[in-house]
Amino acid sequence: MATTAVRSAARPRTSLYEWLTTTDHKKIGILYTISSFIFLGVGGSLALFVRAELAQPGLQFLTESTYNQMFTMHASVMIFWVIIPFLAAIGNYVVPLMIGAPDMAFPRINALSFWMVPFSGLVAVSGFLLGGAADAGWTAYPPVSSIKFSPGPGMNLWIVAVMLVGTSSILGAVNFMVTIFRMRAPGMTLFRMPILTWTVLVTSVLVLMGTPVLTSALVMLFIDRNFGGAFFDPALGGSAILWQNIFWFYSHPAVYIMVLPGMGVISEIIPVFSRKPLFGYKAFVFATAAIGALGFSVWAHHMFTTGSVFLPFFSVMTFLIAVPTGVKFFNWIATMWRGQITFSTPMLFAVGFLSMFLIGGINGVFSASVPVDYAIHATYWIVAHIHYVLFGGSFLSIMAGIYFYFPKMTGKMLDERLGKIHFWLMYVGLNLTFLPMHLLGLSGMPRRIADYSPTAGWNDLNLAATIGGFTIGLSFIPFLWNVFISLRNGEEAGDDPWEANTLEWATSSPPPAWNFDRLPAITSERPLFDARHGHTSKDHE
Amino acid sequence: MSDGAVMTSGHGAGHGKKGLGNPVLGMLLFIVSEIMFFAGLFAAYFNLRTATGTWPPAGNGAFELHGEILFPAIMTSLLVLSSVTCQVAVWRIRKGDRQGMNRALLMTVLLGVIFLIGQAYDYTQLGFGIADGVFGSTFYVLTGFHGAHVLGGVLMLSVCLYRGGLGQFSAEHHDMVEATSIYWHFVDVVWILLFALLYIV
Repeated sequence: MATTAVRSAARPRTSLYEWLTTTDHKKIGILYTISSFIFLGVGGSLALFVRAELAQPGLQFLTESTYNQMFTMHASVMIFWVIIPFLAAIGNYVVPLMIGAPDMAFPRINALSFWMVPFSGLVAVSGFLLGGAADAGWTAYPPVSSIKFSPGPGMNLWIVAVMLVGTSSILGAVNFMVTIFRMRAPGMTLFRMPILTWTVLVTSVLVLMGTPVLTSALVMLFIDRNFGGAFFDPALGGSAILWQNIFWFYSHPAVYIMVLPGMGVISEIIPVFSRKPLFGYKAFVFATAAIGALGFSVWAHHMFTTGSVFLPFFSVMTFLIAVPTGVKFFNWIATMWRGQITFSTPMLFAVGFLSMFLIGGINGVFSASVPVDYAIHATYWIVAHIHYVLFGGSFLSIMAGIYFYFPKMTGKMLDERLGKIHFWLMYVGLNLTFLPMHLLGLSGMPRRIADYSPTAGWNDLNLAATIGGFTIGLSFIPFLWNVFISLRNGEEAGDDPWEANTLEWATSSPPPAWNFDRLPAITSERPLFDARHGHTSKDHE
Repeated sequence: MSDGAVMTSGHGAGHGKKGLGNPVLGMLLFIVSEIMFFAGLFAAYFNLRTATGTWPPAGNGAFELHGEILFPAIMTSLLVLSSVTCQVAVWRIRKGDRQGMNRALLMTVLLGVIFLIGQAYDYTQLGFGIADGVFGSTFYVLTGFHGAHVLGGVLMLSVCLYRGGLGQFSAEHHDMVEATSIYWHFVDVVWILLFALLYIV
């Protein structure tokens, strides 16, 4: 503690240099947040180009080739450089505070993990300036991603960039796990850890086991494209299905990588704004672990129509993974039941998450049924499903987390009125965008097309989706304005503006470099609640 | 603790706790990810090998590696020997013997470098390339990425040796040597699997 203070006092530096070279998990968390917002601007603009093109039949703004690049890079940027880094941002900022640690276990590796993210993102996006970005979809199925059908530099840049961002995730996962296993404060037993810390732990296991498998697939794709390899080319004895198997072995767990920490955030917010403890803490922990374990046994449900996977197994496992998710829904609802609920902006986003993720979960279970999947495979139904999960689920939970932790990160409160405008614009916009896509999918509109027949009956629904998309874009204006004015003259937050339960609220806002001067006694999963109400360890025995 | 609060100084830095040091635990977890990386490559190998039917695929005599087993067998034994010397280095420093650790580390680095040179030489002798169908692709990707890991291990061992030469390790503080040795054993085990799979089975 004293050494940290001496170290930072001994070498006075400019503030910019300090931010560029920082190894403080809180500053790195904020850097992750800023980087993610910048890439959100990129990925969001790409989505709006796509929606603008699809508003009416015919090609208005884009060629087919640019359209392919746009939807490919929209998905890639949103997954690898927005949602995953956003969750890394929240995890980085909050987890060491939550467990009463002074920093992550490996602060310099933490900085390395962060800097690989914007660097790799620029590598991927640079394709647009270097003769064409990746255009084979974010799933990069061969032969579409082969050198024959995607000859531009973009695909190679994409492969290298995804490998880099994957390596960043792996290093981050090792860092989180060692931090959580080894650096918890005295009294912070595993079953007293906040749920967000648990979800970050399980997510880290998924990253550790899944992401390197994606790296191996990318290596083979790179060799196929550039050195005449034969892995995925049936003409040379390879197998295109092999790519799908290896790719989805990572990319299905990746969906849980993108949603588990979000569930963690929601599980921190709902008890605070319901003034009740989380209902069924241990059930929640085991449900999280079950999702992590089952997550590795469902990947081939993306491949039902290939005819080369064992349908009953993957169908049943996919139905099964809905069970622990259902357990969590009952945890959240029972937590709110008869609570004193305040609908502050974080809670609004949390409840928004519940309703949207429920739709995403249910239409996912539909898709797990093999006959249904045969009908809706590669249609807009799937696009609707993934957006209800990743936008309605992951992204709303991220926004909930930003509104919840902004006072801790900056010491200032965000404006509630602007926050509510942001929420409602985004909530209406996202339903207007993605609800019609269900109908489009059911009536057979394939995904990833730049144009469609004017007589197919898809015109109105597409126009509605486009209007919804621009509404989502609009919703960021009150948010950015809110951040701007609140940083300038927002209300002072104080240590614990929400009367929360967990340790991150026991220190000042923003916390000092060493995080804590004093910690309350930790005798339950709600140490701050105990301190506030004078509970002692005896009350928990 | 009776006043309901504890001071935080001294906790959390990872020192003074029982069990594995942070770097050693970090390395073990990192190796889990490495295992999964090689699992992806091995999965591709098994998948393509079963799908091909006859293995090695007919039509290219250079694919017959069973006859050229002597050289890779010698290389394998050198790598196994390097694992032993690496472990000796760990045992020595645990007893505080810095000179002994440095000697054993130097042996390990040299054996690793010899293995890399041997593998490069082996590549020049093989009558097929990475573009020669699934056999060539899988062979060079598996051995190539293993070689890259040997190179990484040699670099880490060299840093250990350098720091050992500066006297930075002691019986109490040598987590880096422990972590590096675990990594080196892992690389060794992967090679034994590869040798058995590519040259014998």
